[in-house]
Amino acid sequence: MSALETKNRNELFTPEIRAEIDHEIAKYPEAESQSAAMAALRIVQDANGGWLTQERMDEVAAYLDLPPIAIYEVATFYSMYEHKPVGRNKLCVCTNISCMINNSDQIVEHLNNRLGIKFGEVTEDGRFSLKEVECLGACGGAPMMQVGRKYYENLTPERLDSILDELE
Amino acid sequence: MANEVIFKNRDLDRLWDIEQYRSRGGYEILTRILTEKTPPAEIIDGMKTSGLRGRGGAGFPTGLKWSFINRSAPGDKYLVCNSDEGEPGTFKDRDILRYNPHALVEGMLIASYVIDAHRAYNYIRGEFWEPYERFQNAIDQARAAGFVGNNILGSGFDCELNVHLGGGAYVCGEETALLESIEGKKGQPRYKPPFPAHVGLYGRPTVINNTETLASVPTILREGAEQFRDIGVENSGGSKLFSISGHVKNPGVFELPMGTPFSELFELAGGMRDGSKIKAVIPGGSSSPVIPGEIMMDLTMDYDAIAKAGSMLGSGAVIVMDESTCMVKVLDRMGYFYYEESCGQCTPCREGTGWLYRIVHRIENGQGRPEDIDLLMDVQNRIRGKTICALGDAAAMPVAGMLRYYQDEFQYHIDHKKCKVGAGA
Repeated sequence: MSALETKNRNELFTPEIRAEIDHEIAKYPEAESQSAAMAALRIVQDANGGWLTQERMDEVAAYLDLPPIAIYEVATFYSMYEHKPVGRNKLCVCTNISCMINNSDQIVEHLNNRLGIKFGEVTEDGRFSLKEVECLGACGGAPMMQVGRKYYENLTPERLDSILDELE
Repeated sequence: MANEVIFKNRDLDRLWDIEQYRSRGGYEILTRILTEKTPPAEIIDGMKTSGLRGRGGAGFPTGLKWSFINRSAPGDKYLVCNSDEGEPGTFKDRDILRYNPHALVEGMLIASYVIDAHRAYNYIRGEFWEPYERFQNAIDQARAAGFVGNNILGSGFDCELNVHLGGGAYVCGEETALLESIEGKKGQPRYKPPFPAHVGLYGRPTVINNTETLASVPTILREGAEQFRDIGVENSGGSKLFSISGHVKNPGVFELPMGTPFSELFELAGGMRDGSKIKAVIPGGSSSPVIPGEIMMDLTMDYDAIAKAGSMLGSGAVIVMDESTCMVKVLDRMGYFYYEESCGQCTPCREGTGWLYRIVHRIENGQGRPEDIDLLMDVQNRIRGKTICALGDAAAMPVAGMLRYYQDEFQYHIDHKKCKVGAGA
């Protein structure tokens, strides 16, 4: 069992993060706070530079009063949780059918060349990381990618350049 | 456009604002149902008459699904909306959430009333942040107007409506995996039976409907079930959102009557881009077997017509491919998708999707073996019908479909170690 158990719940996270997680817990029936596990992981990941460490996951488990394994299972099952450092801008490029037949290969190649990284890697300055993702449900705007919370559609190498220039 | 149900008021510039939604009759039917205390059985009859079938892909009759809930059973019941849109090629629910979120809020409240659910959840895929914000804003507006919360419009009916965001897992579009996910667990499908109508969310009776299904409900009940039914054709009532993508000039989401000829949808999407020629169409999301373009041109977009042609209408996601498309490369990418997204629970799917991917991948890369086509057919056959959920079938069916029409391309790749089509090799 985790040493975190002895910690007071109110010593975990910042008050802002606790408030956000509590808001999620309130969405579900009493005694079903496990339902907030996914949201809690998302909130903690966002506050932790976009990725999760074991310590952070253990804290989520302690906060929700769950065994750590319950949190590890969730954090490793869903693709949006990261377990290695990512760039300040995580470029999630779709290469599924509609994007593929609309030249997503060219988009990926352009990103590889311009940033000098492949899928799963981070630029040295930490500004960008690259991730291959499955269909994001925006096939009408293929090829497309997601950066942070935003979708960028109808990508071309030229458009990519101007998007990258704007991302700090 | 005539016959539209969900996109009918898209001419309004901010349909997602409650004032604009209400200016065209929004929340009228919910208000009428709650103040008149319309018997739920009457609403279910209306839904049955409308011929509305689940728009997520399975096509189960909505009215029938609602009727499975024992309303008078003690304890909690739940209504869940599936906005985990992830079937490759599908992008319609995103537009509902972005442009007409109040239709979904109203539909979810009506469905909750019918099954006596006091909590409803919309499961939105985690990547849909902007659509989520639109939808959450609609909930907040509806709450401020007295449509969400306790004692709605003084009717005594309580209903809380919340969003649960996904975390990136295709399999959560499967209804029981989605329930596991709301419970804060890995999204691994459950055995059925028991069906969610008996043992669903938190073990309680639950109805799960697709976004498009629930967003259709207010208009159906307000304007008449028969009117909706008659928009469509036999066995396929109403209108349907079709997501069309690929090599067409104007990809997008179009709402058309069920039974509309494919050629009309194709024309609305501007036909082929750059004067290319149509080769093949995936008619209902990547799980639906491919159909050659010339056959597709004679088909209508409804459940029966597409099924008769050996495929599925599915989620209405149409992917159009031109003559430069290598079908081996397409199946290679699809194979990777299902291999990546298999939840790993059932051996035939966990192992079989890996086999399918590796075989097609080596064929695509000039390392195919003479026995590979037979092997592919054998493996897909060993997955079909042998898994808890439909993901296994979804991975297997496109393989048989590709080999039915384009076996020569696979054979060519194996024999010549290169692509027959040229591009995309």
